[in-house]
Amino acid sequence: MKKAQTMDKKVKDIIKKYYGDKTAMIAILQDVQEEFRYLPKETLSFISKKMDVPLTRIYEIATFYNAFSLKPRGKHTIEVCLGTACHVQGASRLIDRLERDLSISSGDTTKDKMFTLEEVRCLGCCSLAPVIRISGNVHPYLTQDELPKILRNYK
Amino acid sequence: MVSFVIDGKNVQAEGGAMLLNVARQNGIVIPTLCAHDTVARSGACRLCVVEVTKGKRTRIVTSCLYPVDEGIVVSTKTERVMNVRSLVMQLLMARCPESQLLKDMAKEMGIEPQPSFRVETDKGKCILCRLCVKTCEDVVGVSAIGLSRRGKDKIVGPPFMEDSVTCVGCGACAYVCPTDHIVMESTDGRRKIWGRAFRMKACDTCGRYFAPVDQLKWISKKTGTPLSELSVCLSCK
Ligand code: SF4
Ligand code: FES
Ligand code: FES
Repeated sequence: MKKAQTMDKKVKDIIKKYYGDKTAMIAILQDVQEEFRYLPKETLSFISKKMDVPLTRIYEIATFYNAFSLKPRGKHTIEVCLGTACHVQGASRLIDRLERDLSISSGDTTKDKMFTLEEVRCLGCCSLAPVIRISGNVHPYLTQDELPKILRNYK
Repeated sequence: MVSFVIDGKNVQAEGGAMLLNVARQNGIVIPTLCAHDTVARSGACRLCVVEVTKGKRTRIVTSCLYPVDEGIVVSTKTERVMNVRSLVMQLLMARCPESQLLKDMAKEMGIEPQPSFRVETDKGKCILCRLCVKTCEDVVGVSAIGLSRRGKDKIVGPPFMEDSVTCVGCGACAYVCPTDHIVMESTDGRRKIWGRAFRMKACDTCGRYFAPVDQLKWISKKTGTPLSELSVCLSCK
């Protein structure tokens, strides 16, 4: 109960930050996503009631953009580049190794909620291929044997 | 008033009137799926394409969204129009191979399904025209359903694909759906739609089940008519 209340409070503050402006829905959802690392269902219903926007409309937005997740995400997002350059440099081996080591498939989150694994297309630094990005940090010229050590640094 | 030519015929219409309507008033048949009089046009199905020449430029436009103008020349059956329409039809059929309506329309237009398109059998009959969504939002006023996700995963339904709390069971979405994608089952005293069951109200006079209780409550709330005045069916009123 207590947890739900603080959650509601946080969401209320976010809505207030945008003066409850319905056209700021994407920005509001972005803030909620950042705060909870996903968009909890109850929160979406709560926003719908508070801002008088049909839940359907909010759900449409929440499922349209990749930036939003309806499932809890890990503390760190690992983005493995599978763009052309990285692919040629063996990025698929990196993703295989990560899937194995973290025991999840791409798109999922580890049980301890530490990592979410994602595939992306070209991070825009092909000369560093193959690269992965963890919580915004780019790790260049990777080989799969370096992965365990890198992950340990994030725990 | 503006005058222009459509399939070789001189016609007159109110400036700004939509080409599709004017064509129909003049007895010209243009196939459509997503144009419905109760909601704003959206140009979703692309079937209503025609060729319009304005000044020196000739191009393909969706007639349901094209405002007529002085001096334009419209052709609704040129080879180019037929090619575009046929392609649109092929794509629709590849998406919804189960739709009998699409098959019938294609047959009438002499179009065979293209084997080179990958046929999808998991999409039901929905062509994503958004008619149901707009009807639910603009006409009924409850916004119980929407088109969620994106691209090839786009799908129609209530939020989280769960029983909608706002749906009143009116069935307007099933009624406007051009392809009968939305399933509504009415058995005595109960109606099922979008996976949720609604209790029906029996008419106080004739005893026939005529509307879901939730819908009557909604109408009462929206119009301020007391619920008791809504307990008689239309034919007994
Ligand atoms: S369910 Fe029917 S009305 Fe709704 S978007 Fe799909 S085809 Fe259009
Ligand atoms: S392909 Fe990986 S950064 Fe461009
Ligand atoms: S009727 Fe014009 S696009 Fe569907």
